[in-house]
Amino acid sequence: MQKYILNRLLQGVVLLFIVALIVFALARATGNPADLMVPEDATEEERQFVERNLGLDRPYHVQLFVFLTGIVRGDFGDSIVYKKPAAELFFERLPNTLKLLPLSMFIAVSIAIPLGVVAAVKRGTWIDQVAGAIAVFGVATPNFWIAIVCIYIFSVWLDVLPPGRMGGPLHYILPAFTLGTFSIAGIMRLIRSSMLEVLDTEYVKLARIKGLQEWKVFWKHCLRNALIPVLTLFGVFVGGFVTGAIVTETVFAWPGIGRLTIDAVAQRDFPLLQAVILLDAVIILAVNLVVDILYAYVNPRIRYD
Amino acid sequence: MASDRIETGVQVLEVSGERQERLKYELKRLPWIPVVIIVIMVFAAIFAPLVAPHSPTKQSLRDKLQPPAWQAEGSAKYLLGTDILGRDILSRLIYGARVSLIVAFTALLAGGAIGGVLGLLSGYAGGKTDTFIMRAVDATLAFPTILFALLLAVTMGQGLQTVVLAVTLILWARFARVTRGEVLGLKDNDFVALAQVHGCSGARIMFVHIMPNVFNSFMVMLTLHVGLVILTEASLSFLGAGIPPPTPSWGQMVADGRAKVATAWWISIIPGVAITMVVIAFNVFGDWLRDRLDPKLRQL
Repeated sequence: MQKYILNRLLQGVVLLFIVALIVFALARATGNPADLMVPEDATEEERQFVERNLGLDRPYHVQLFVFLTGIVRGDFGDSIVYKKPAAELFFERLPNTLKLLPLSMFIAVSIAIPLGVVAAVKRGTWIDQVAGAIAVFGVATPNFWIAIVCIYIFSVWLDVLPPGRMGGPLHYILPAFTLGTFSIAGIMRLIRSSMLEVLDTEYVKLARIKGLQEWKVFWKHCLRNALIPVLTLFGVFVGGFVTGAIVTETVFAWPGIGRLTIDAVAQRDFPLLQAVILLDAVIILAVNLVVDILYAYVNPRIRYD
Repeated sequence: MASDRIETGVQVLEVSGERQERLKYELKRLPWIPVVIIVIMVFAAIFAPLVAPHSPTKQSLRDKLQPPAWQAEGSAKYLLGTDILGRDILSRLIYGARVSLIVAFTALLAGGAIGGVLGLLSGYAGGKTDTFIMRAVDATLAFPTILFALLLAVTMGQGLQTVVLAVTLILWARFARVTRGEVLGLKDNDFVALAQVHGCSGARIMFVHIMPNVFNSFMVMLTLHVGLVILTEASLSFLGAGIPPPTPSWGQMVADGRAKVATAWWISIIPGVAITMVVIAFNVFGDWLRDRLDPKLRQL
């Protein structure tokens, strides 16, 4: 187990190194990075000053070394627009994004799990078909558009929820729902198919023969086992969460890391963008690692060697 | 099944009749609504200049924010209304279909080719090559590719090539994984062993002997991913990192109307409906094709 954790940690570091390398190479392959590091209306002197200051006149391997050691020390460079360390900005905004997480998870799970279970239990009935239709729409509908439709219905038409920005508890509902929609269809399909598998096993048949109430069989015996594959995919959902945060925060003007990412793109704030991408990668890898390790503890059938 | 019946020589003659029967049956089960939507979209995209009633980029401030024709103040001149700058939404939708399909076509071709070749290699060669390629696949799939797309948009500048490159980066890994799985299933067949005994080179076995057997799954994968590509392009354009204006694209049209949802809902809502309809159409058609050609891919 320790060997496994160590191995995974090492893999994570290698992956981060590759991401950093790609960022480094992309900035240089497509022109002078000094152009990306200064405002578009900068004069030639300013540009050269930045170039010298960032060491861009030195050979590539020296630059790479400086870049990588900076990352190790937690120095991701300064944002052009905010004139502050980019990492600092990231961690200032991170809590706002994390505040959306519990509610959006709750919304996604409380819609997806009952629907998936019922669809599997009542397989082939109209309920299953409705669930199937929701999944088809859920996969095909762009989430940014769902967000705008929600704003139209709840903020313009019914006028009951605020259309954006942070504020009281009501401000959380629409963004959290939008963020939740990124995983509803996926979780539901997964629950349905793994429920169908579990329903077919001997121990479920035994429970039913034993005369256990049906709902108890479904919700206790089956669901527990059907949830395992969903937990495995949690790591994948984290990646989806980052994408979801970018889209959701853009629509709802939510001051989290997603919004920060898009601001960096819109203002061509390259140091900030590069910091956000690297830090996102760190978070995704860390969560995936934790999930895999927890999974190994929860499910002893899995062997890691 | 026709093939079950051709056990004796006598029955061979029946096959052609049987085939026709089967074709009729298949046609009956063809998902007609999605097919019609796809045909309309492709037609509109190819013949955009002939079909579009107005120019997609010409602004006419006098006609700005016209509601769709079925609304009380709408006029037949602009069937789906106009946007903030008075551009005809229907015409922009038609030209936007062009952008979506160009991106889908090129990215699927590139991503499919790269992923297909790497998947073949990974599955056939095995060992270190396999581990290396599959690690790269896992990493690509775990990392939100939208971040790479944004990075590309800033470093390379916005544009069609950037979007295609970004989408290709997403696609290759999925194609590589599925192709590899298929190859692993085929590799132990006698025909591969025979080719090896015969002294065929690895490349020949991969491309001449194995590849034709992967082709069906490959076609199914291509169709099933059109929707994903259209959605990704729309998201990128919505976020301002996709197709730059004034070229119309559906995601960008939704973004255009964001500030005006309260007064002019149609600017954002209509392109979104178009995206959803087209993506569902491609997905349903892909599902049908999969059931028809390659039912074992069902878990996808």
